[in-house]
Amino acid sequence: MTEEIIIAGFGGQGVLSMGKILAYSGVMADQEVSWFPSYGPEMRGGTANVTVILSENRISSPVLNEYDTAIILNQQSMDKFEPMVKPGGVLIYDPNGIIHPPKRTDINIYKIEGTLIAAELGNVKTFNMVVLGAYLKAKPVVKMESVEKGLQKSLPSRHHHLIPMNLEAVQKGYEGLELVQAV
Amino acid sequence: MELKDIINPNNLVYEKAKLLTENTMHYCPGCTHGVVHRLLAEVIEELDIQDKTIGVAPVGCSVFAYKYIEIDWQEAAHGRAPAVATGIVRTNPDKVVFAYQGDGDLASIGTAEILHACNRGENFVVIFINNGIYGMTGGQMAPTTLIGQVTSTTPNGRDAGRNGYPLKITELIAQLPGTSYVTRQSAHTPAAIRKCRKAISKAFQAAIAKKGTSFVEVVSTCNMNWKMTPVKANEWMEANMFPFYPIGDMKDSSKSEPESYSPIKN
Amino acid sequence: MGELRLMKGNEVIAEAAIRCGCDGYFGYPITPQSEVMETLMEREPWNETGMVVLQAESEIGAIHMIYGAAGSGKKVITSSSSPGISLMAEGISYIAGSELPCLIVNVQRGGPGLGTIQPSQADYFQATKGGGHGDYRLIVLAPSSVQEMNDFVELGLRLAFKYRNPAMILTDGMIGQMMEKVVLADYIPRLTDEEINEKYGSWVTNGRKPYRERNVITSLEMDSDIMENNNLRFQQKYAQMEEEDLLFEEIQCEDAEYLLVAFGSSARVCLKAVDLAREKGIKVGLLRPITLFPFPKKPLAALAKKVKGMLVVEMNAGQMIEDVQLAVGCAGCKVPVMHFGRMGGIIHSPVEVLAALEQKLIGE
Repeated sequence: MTEEIIIAGFGGQGVLSMGKILAYSGVMADQEVSWFPSYGPEMRGGTANVTVILSENRISSPVLNEYDTAIILNQQSMDKFEPMVKPGGVLIYDPNGIIHPPKRTDINIYKIEGTLIAAELGNVKTFNMVVLGAYLKAKPVVKMESVEKGLQKSLPSRHHHLIPMNLEAVQKGYEGLELVQAV
Repeated sequence: MELKDIINPNNLVYEKAKLLTENTMHYCPGCTHGVVHRLLAEVIEELDIQDKTIGVAPVGCSVFAYKYIEIDWQEAAHGRAPAVATGIVRTNPDKVVFAYQGDGDLASIGTAEILHACNRGENFVVIFINNGIYGMTGGQMAPTTLIGQVTSTTPNGRDAGRNGYPLKITELIAQLPGTSYVTRQSAHTPAAIRKCRKAISKAFQAAIAKKGTSFVEVVSTCNMNWKMTPVKANEWMEANMFPFYPIGDMKDSSKSEPESYSPIKN
Repeated sequence: MGELRLMKGNEVIAEAAIRCGCDGYFGYPITPQSEVMETLMEREPWNETGMVVLQAESEIGAIHMIYGAAGSGKKVITSSSSPGISLMAEGISYIAGSELPCLIVNVQRGGPGLGTIQPSQADYFQATKGGGHGDYRLIVLAPSSVQEMNDFVELGLRLAFKYRNPAMILTDGMIGQMMEKVVLADYIPRLTDEEINEKYGSWVTNGRKPYRERNVITSLEMDSDIMENNNLRFQQKYAQMEEEDLLFEEIQCEDAEYLLVAFGSSARVCLKAVDLAREKGIKVGLLRPITLFPFPKKPLAALAKKVKGMLVVEMNAGQMIEDVQLAVGCAGCKVPVMHFGRMGGIIHSPVEVLAALEQKLIGE
């Protein structure tokens, strides 16, 4: 099984680190992984995206034309990546900041109120973990314990005290996923 | 008295320095390079550091410096001797390294390398031969050419408006906290040669003591490209070079420690 | 088995350098490879193995520091990206001319000039045909995964010392910025001065010893006859590289009717294109040169006799294709060799590659 994911939003939303934790979770689950970011000046406040691939086999191209799953966190990314979801694939978005919701009828669409939930949790920085939780509900590609191990691996030990809060955010996201359209 | 009575160890007053090789020097008669090479050979012998000294030769007249002193050498690209010396000494911190450079090499094409090596306080010796002209390529203007001085690229004399001003690079280098001993010498009279030898010895001792960069400029002649006899060239140097490039120590950290810089608090 | 990590290609270069017993890294920051030096500075290998790390004043400074350290028998590495490699070209020519071993990593970006900071393979000519002045070649390794970034540091340095010739890892922003699983190598201790004297005493400049002649590192020679002989010796080394150290990978070539030829990042994209083609029933294989110099001429010539056409896929306007055409032409094959390239920092997608194959080779 291979899962090809694009995560796209603004720089500062934690797009790249969310992809990194997902990739690390895949490593913990003994999968092949690749994490390929957009990089350079555009990272500083502009749009940021990362392609994460999890697979049981050798991963070929980290650059893709179409994705099994698109996690979309701003309007520019919706415009760019909605057409690139494979038919029957998954699109997850946070409606905060989205003016034009997705129109495709041949894909599964979910939304997650990530911004709201993170605010309720009292730490907006957990936004990306909320979204990760929602994704794992829609696509259980890795187990929760792999995510915990992934967090331990990817965070420097001085930040390990933040792991319980992050796991709580993942749990809230998992619970908060809303189905918009199923095909 | 026969010849063998005269050529006799008891009568020996002068001989080739032990660490000079048998190779015949290619320098023009009257050139300062040969004298400075000899001084280097003497100092390396005296300090007994032949087995841990690495010389870095430049591009210019002294490109073949490596043929004349019996030590390990590296030949650098034009102007890059300080970078080469940095590479050697950083990975071999217990060796004694020196870069030997002319004015075109050090003060023109290699300005970035020399300033930054000195600013980092790289632990090596720089011997800087300043004769105000490009020797090897046939007498073109150097960064240190004096205003009004005739060269093949300033046939009517160096004009500040067109060519800028002679660069006092040694004064610049003396400002840098990384340097420990910075001096300007000459090697045109027995007295000057003795002083120059002392300066070179002191610079090497600073390197052995890991004090940072030591820098010895030797104001020199190029009688061939200046189109003068060796004697006339020495006179011209005293009359014209010395007023602009005054002889003497500019900095000696054995007397005063380099200015301290306190780090910002993180 | 070594330690398993998830790392960026650039970070792996730094880690592999420390682990394979490097004595020094000299470099200058440039996107998209600044993580190499940043990782080293964070790791502080001088406390662990004694490896020196220095931020030079420029790429010019860095490459000549490499020259100096390599000349004293030390195992040294530098990294940069395209514009910085151009600045280093002078020093690389001197290193090759003086027969010094070292490893240079080029994490390519789009050019010419300042270009972009996105991935590119437009420095193929520069890397494989010399890059600086004079008749010289580098050993050029083209990794296509983060694991190979790790492996080729040790391999590159090993080959560099075997031939006393600079080696280059020619990669790009895609592999450099990408994270993948990597199994790190075990630590190899740095050589002691005694070991250096024993192994390389005939040429290193680390102080003339009483038991040996003085050594001189130089590329200068006034006698043309001697210089020609030096060049002939270099050419012999290059021929020996082709005999002994050629590396390439053949993927699904056994029954292939069409062949993709691609290196590094492009080969990764092509790997997917091969799958897509085979899903459509088109029998496509991939030949991936791993050493770009020496170049796998013979394997290509052998495949040229079997396939109906070749598509060379590169992130440039057509550079490696010249070597492919030469290999095929010299073998007397008339098989069409076409090119598909994206430029300026754009990575071709697998679907684009397949479309190009269909249009340029199968369509008619």
